Amino acid sequence: MLTYTIRRLILAIPTLLFISLIIFLLLELAPGDPMAQVPLTVPPEVKQQMREALGLGEPTHIRFGKWMWQFLVVEPMHFVDGMLGTGFVEGESRVISWQTRSPVMDIVAQRMPQTLWVVAMSYVVGILIAMPIGIYSAYRQYSVFDQVGTFVTMVGYSVPPFFSGVLVIVIFAVQLGWLPSIYDTTLVVVDWATFKKQFMQMVLPVMVLALQTTAQISRFMRASMLDNLHQDYVRTARAKGLSEWSVVMVHVLRNSMIPVVTVIALGVPYIFGGAIITEQIFKVNGLGQLLITSIQANDLPMVQTVTFMLAVLIVLFNIIADILYGVLDPRIRYD
Amino acid sequence: MTELMIDPEPDTPPRGKWSDVWDQFKSHRGALLGMFIFSVIVLGVILGPFLWPYDATFIDIRARNQGPSLAHPMGTDQLGRDTMARMMAGGRTSIAVGMTAMLLALVLGSFIGLVAGFFRRIDGPLMRLTDLFLALPLLPLLLVLVLLFREPLNASFGPELGIFILIVVAIGITSWMPTARIVRGDVLALKEREFVLAARSIGTTNFRLITRHVLPNVMSPIMVSATLGIANAIITESALSFLGLGFPPDFPTWGRLLYDATNYLQQYPERVIWPGAAISLTVLSVNYLGDGLRDALDPRIRGR
Repeated sequence: MLTYTIRRLILAIPTLLFISLIIFLLLELAPGDPMAQVPLTVPPEVKQQMREALGLGEPTHIRFGKWMWQFLVVEPMHFVDGMLGTGFVEGESRVISWQTRSPVMDIVAQRMPQTLWVVAMSYVVGILIAMPIGIYSAYRQYSVFDQVGTFVTMVGYSVPPFFSGVLVIVIFAVQLGWLPSIYDTTLVVVDWATFKKQFMQMVLPVMVLALQTTAQISRFMRASMLDNLHQDYVRTARAKGLSEWSVVMVHVLRNSMIPVVTVIALGVPYIFGGAIITEQIFKVNGLGQLLITSIQANDLPMVQTVTFMLAVLIVLFNIIADILYGVLDPRIRYD
Repeated sequence: MTELMIDPEPDTPPRGKWSDVWDQFKSHRGALLGMFIFSVIVLGVILGPFLWPYDATFIDIRARNQGPSLAHPMGTDQLGRDTMARMMAGGRTSIAVGMTAMLLALVLGSFIGLVAGFFRRIDGPLMRLTDLFLALPLLPLLLVLVLLFREPLNASFGPELGIFILIVVAIGITSWMPTARIVRGDVLALKEREFVLAARSIGTTNFRLITRHVLPNVMSPIMVSATLGIANAIITESALSFLGLGFPPDFPTWGRLLYDATNYLQQYPERVIWPGAAISLTVLSVNYLGDGLRDALDPRIRGR
């Protein structure tokens, strides 16, 4: 297992290098000029110097190499410096955002908590709702609960987040006025009142994202339970006189969880992608919103870095899913 | 004197595969309803504008911001344009984008899957390419692609056709991977079957082998991924329009109408319902259609 993990991690490196090259070359074609906002009174030679200060004067491959070096070596070392108080990369230049002229990773670190809170919460809530629905509708196949559950999950699967988000705003924020529609990220939780406020503003975005997760995972859960419920070992367990609860919740559930856990792992990067739209609707200033604004503002280092981080997430969770499969199912041996 | 044994002539003609498929499909009520609703929506957006008296871009400033009435069943927007007409025009674009992008992704995916499954030498590289595409963060890349190529394509094809081509191609080249994987798997299994060996032994060329023997046998997974592809493409196009990176404002699509309506969310909340419901209903019916088709085309389920 360990050798398999190591092999997969090593194989991921060329994939990620290639992906970063694709993103870089794509952004290289970008038509915009970062100097477009600079006033016309600035003389051209000063503009040229500013351009070089942004690292634009050099040829493509040098800049790509520089970005790789800054992102993969300088940034992690800087993080280590910050943690331990050492000075490995004191004078090295970091990846600088064109928009704000500050290091990209600092902005990402500022935006990350909001996204993580909303995304992680919604994923957990979605899974917690999806599992019982999937288990029960498989256990009572073709019952009313199953029919309704299947229809509701199909609807949840089909309604895109940009409609469900707007719809819950119309219902809960405009018509009923129960919940705020805008996420206030400056809120700091210090006491019960602010905690309540934080909770209230998280309900809607979490609800929208969780709907999607619930729909997908309960469909998988149901299908996987159905596969297992008619196996021979289930009959054996019942024949031994085990209670129905332990047959379904211990024997069948554990076996059905194998594909579902991998689906849960594979879905993590996509929930970040879905968060781009949800953040836009609820005005959460998280990573997704950062990506959209930097795309619109032609802030190429920012776009490159955030997109690449998403790619790393996808590759990483693919590996995690494969390893989990091997850990959970002893019949699968990779070595 | 022995009489010749004559097989009794069957009364009914032999049943083909497709009538079996249709019988199984009919038994799936959701799929039947999905097909019906999807056909109604498609016919409605194609024929609707010919029958409807208002034009989608006709501005009647005195009739602006009206609620639903007999003349305007879905009301009018802030410039007095009839929402019903705009919904039909928007649906035309959205469904056209969905269909075309799906076709592009399907052709690309089937081709790569067939070639990768059939020719062992290029299987490895093509599958690595597929894995690579699957690892790309697609929505950010789509946004970047649209932003980068909007201007040049607008200049050479005009603003409407340019963005249409751009969005279709962008969605197409980022959603062919699942089809390619499924088709490759099926081709790998088919390649070892006797009828392929028989065809090869009478000297069939690779090209004929693929088009005559392999392709018809992988049509079922291709058809299923076609239906799911339409749903996916419609959602992606609407998401792009919703983020303000899709079609120009005077050229309605469902996503664009939803985006425009969110500005008036406080005053006219009903305006977001129409395009949102249209997108959701289309996607829902297509998903049900795909579900039924998958069951009907699966020989293990058929006939049970």
